[in-house]
Amino acid sequence: MSIIQLQNISQQFGKLQVLDSLSLDLEKGEVLGLFGHNGAGKTTSMKIILGLLKPTSGQIKVFGQDPYHSDFHHYRYRIGFLPENVSFYQQLTGKEVLTFFAKLKRVSKSRCNELLEQVGLTAAANRKVKTYSKGMKQRLGLAQAILTEPALLLLDEPTVGLDPIATQEFYEIVDRLKSTGCSIILCSHVLPGVEKHIDKVAILSQGKLAAYGSIPELRKQTSLTTKIHFSGCFDIRKLQQQIGVNISSRQNGSFSLKTQPEDKLAVVKTLLAQPGIHDLDTFPPSLEQLYRHFVVSAPPVEQSQRTDQDMIDNDSLTPEDSEVEPEDLAVTAKQTGEKL
Amino acid sequence: MKAVMAVAEKEFKDGLRNRWMIAITLIFAVMASGLSWFGSASVGSIGFSSVANTIVSLSSLNVFLLPLIALLLSYQAIVGEDEDGTLLLLLTYPLSKGELLLGKLLGQTSTLAIATIVGFGSASLSILLFADNVNIEELLSAFGLFILSAILLGMVFICLSYVISSWVSEKSKAAGLALIIWFFFVLIYDMGLLGILVATEGQVQADVFPYLLLLNPTDIFRLINLVTFETNGTGLLSIAAEQSFSIGGLIISMLAWIALPFSLAYYRLLKRPI
Repeated sequence: MSIIQLQNISQQFGKLQVLDSLSLDLEKGEVLGLFGHNGAGKTTSMKIILGLLKPTSGQIKVFGQDPYHSDFHHYRYRIGFLPENVSFYQQLTGKEVLTFFAKLKRVSKSRCNELLEQVGLTAAANRKVKTYSKGMKQRLGLAQAILTEPALLLLDEPTVGLDPIATQEFYEIVDRLKSTGCSIILCSHVLPGVEKHIDKVAILSQGKLAAYGSIPELRKQTSLTTKIHFSGCFDIRKLQQQIGVNISSRQNGSFSLKTQPEDKLAVVKTLLAQPGIHDLDTFPPSLEQLYRHFVVSAPPVEQSQRTDQDMIDNDSLTPEDSEVEPEDLAVTAKQTGEKL
Repeated sequence: MKAVMAVAEKEFKDGLRNRWMIAITLIFAVMASGLSWFGSASVGSIGFSSVANTIVSLSSLNVFLLPLIALLLSYQAIVGEDEDGTLLLLLTYPLSKGELLLGKLLGQTSTLAIATIVGFGSASLSILLFADNVNIEELLSAFGLFILSAILLGMVFICLSYVISSWVSEKSKAAGLALIIWFFFVLIYDMGLLGILVATEGQVQADVFPYLLLLNPTDIFRLINLVTFETNGTGLLSIAAEQSFSIGGLIISMLAWIALPFSLAYYRLLKRPI
């Protein structure tokens, strides 16, 4: 059963079209990453899913029910939500805030202590929330969101203000909840690190769904190149002919090439067959690149995206030009010529 | 209902925490004791004069103070939660908008009610203990009615606050509007009525006029505390003497003054963009 089903949801505020026929669904135990610029409609989508907003048109089902309907009340025990900006009750202590929310969900006090421990707020539990840092408020927010071991968890910018270790701990909690069958929607601007914790990606751009699917699916759609870094002793010119793509040299003496996803395996096999090879790493297009591809570039996407990519690489190549061997100079020159 | 109680409990604790309750209690106690012991100083005597005098002067002073206190206590109720981001969060909890508003009303009313009971109660206790020839029965019933009507008046203005609070989008606007509401009911309305009365030389619609007093909760409060005594009110309230209102009727109109703004506040909260 789908936990969430959105069909052609549109939302209009006056003349402003915030969401334009958005369709999504989320299964039990799935984690959906919802990405997009500010004002792309992420928070509005969350509010619609939470039943705080009635969409202008379209069908929505959460746990098979209309969340805006008053009958949805009972399902709210099973929903956790971490809003983007919440300062809680400044004059209350962290523990008091959590106990208050726990009462609304009929959760015991001992569970509150357990959660404070889990998010690392035990030491600050009896301090007033107004003395909390952004990260501490965020952790308190997470604690209230998971009071009931929810079946559906909506997180709006959960890692903002968290230090790297807290972020890591946060994702551990996400992974653990996912393994217990909790469905999660994760809204974020911070793309690095999210990738391995999400099953599906939905990229919103101006209220429209710009991309939707698993990360491998999206990679297929984009034809963004996979980068391969390798090191060893080769006859670069010969190797280049063999593989059929440009090879550039990197600052640390290793080499780099870019290939289409479908050619990747063939290229890797060829490289591995070289007697001089020492090391090899492949870098499929990251979530950031996918995001840029779907949001930044206007269709036809391919052309503009490539130029973007090359420009980035160009910057990183410039300082090393002086050190490269004669053989590679040709490569670099050829590459530069292409760009011009 | 459990959710309502959770909200009410939090509001009540907030009242204790930010010293609102103790402050209001002290104000009421000082005001009531002062008026009952020194209320007749202007006519040259010091000491307790009579229950009637005390209650009448207490109610005319309280009519200024209590609405202001109630408005200040609760103008942030909704708009404050909204600004802190907690309104959005609360509504994702198993808590309806009606329950939220009811919980707030219960909690803040309890704060005000306890302050009223302790504050005015202590004054009546001091009269009971130290004044001579006091009719205990008269004292207790008069103060009891005074305290009850004061709590109702407080609730009226708490509910009026909620209307503002669930309507506007900024705390500062809510504060400004609360002051305007206070100014209107406490000062402008009666002055306007008196103005009309004088301009028409008391001839026009003399039978309708007393009922216009029911359109102002502060006047109802004063009427409740007048009708038990033989004394006629001063100024505008003397008109009402011709038309005799029963206490029951007055209390019912006070309850209507609670129910109507509360419903309006609920309606505005339903319509409020989250």
